[in-house]
Amino acid sequence: MPSTTILDARGLKCPMPIVKTAQQIKVVSRGDLLEVLATDPGSVADFAAWSRSTGNELVGQSVEDGVYHFVLRRK
Amino acid sequence: MTAIAERPAVAETPVPTEFAQVFEPSAEATKQLVIINWSGELDKIWPTLIMSSAAAASGYKTSVFITFWGLLPFVKNQRRIVGENWMQKMLTLMQRPGIDHLKLSKMNFLGMGPWMIGTLSKKYNVAKPAELLEACQALGVEFIPCQMTMEMFGLKREDMIDGLGEPAGAATVIELMTQPNTASLFI
Repeated sequence: MPSTTILDARGLKCPMPIVKTAQQIKVVSRGDLLEVLATDPGSVADFAAWSRSTGNELVGQSVEDGVYHFVLRRK
Repeated sequence: MTAIAERPAVAETPVPTEFAQVFEPSAEATKQLVIINWSGELDKIWPTLIMSSAAAASGYKTSVFITFWGLLPFVKNQRRIVGENWMQKMLTLMQRPGIDHLKLSKMNFLGMGPWMIGTLSKKYNVAKPAELLEACQALGVEFIPCQMTMEMFGLKREDMIDGLGEPAGAATVIELMTQPNTASLFI
């Protein structure tokens, strides 16, 4: 069962959610999950692109009360 | 990968150990972004720093060649007037250097424009150039000052912020821009 780290990027605007994600994913173990909370609507496209660029898989995403949840698996 | 590793002229230059981590290109980087940062204006520095921090965060090897007016934002904030002769000093008297003292390319209105943009960016929680610059350096973006313009402006290494790469010239940037899988921008 992979462990999940939460990164709160709510309120941050482009490019800070992915900047924080890039810094945080380095301290997540390979195969473990990082769940990012964000409120920037641009992050929907950006997290998909970031996942393709870096190879860290976007295993799930959802939106709840205006908060986006992106679940990434560290490659 | 091998294409990026081959940069002897720059790679062999000794780097102060405290900044070594800043310069370490991501071992996994196979794609790169090169930006020629020519402008020293707020509305141009902003996209330069946003694009380069986003690229570095996405695993791209990212280099920013800072030249001409684009050098002034990378002078230490507390330096008011820099240069050796009166003409060089006049330049920074008219255009205050430092990342916190940028003007807009249009609608500057004696600082009214930058104040409004600053207020709006705070209200909408957009990262300031100084924060983005810090993020860029933490993510390993390499800022390469232009040797020739530094001399022409009378700028010394100690006038510039810490963590910059070795000053270099046009051939270095051409070599970077013509690597495979490289996108280049002139801003």
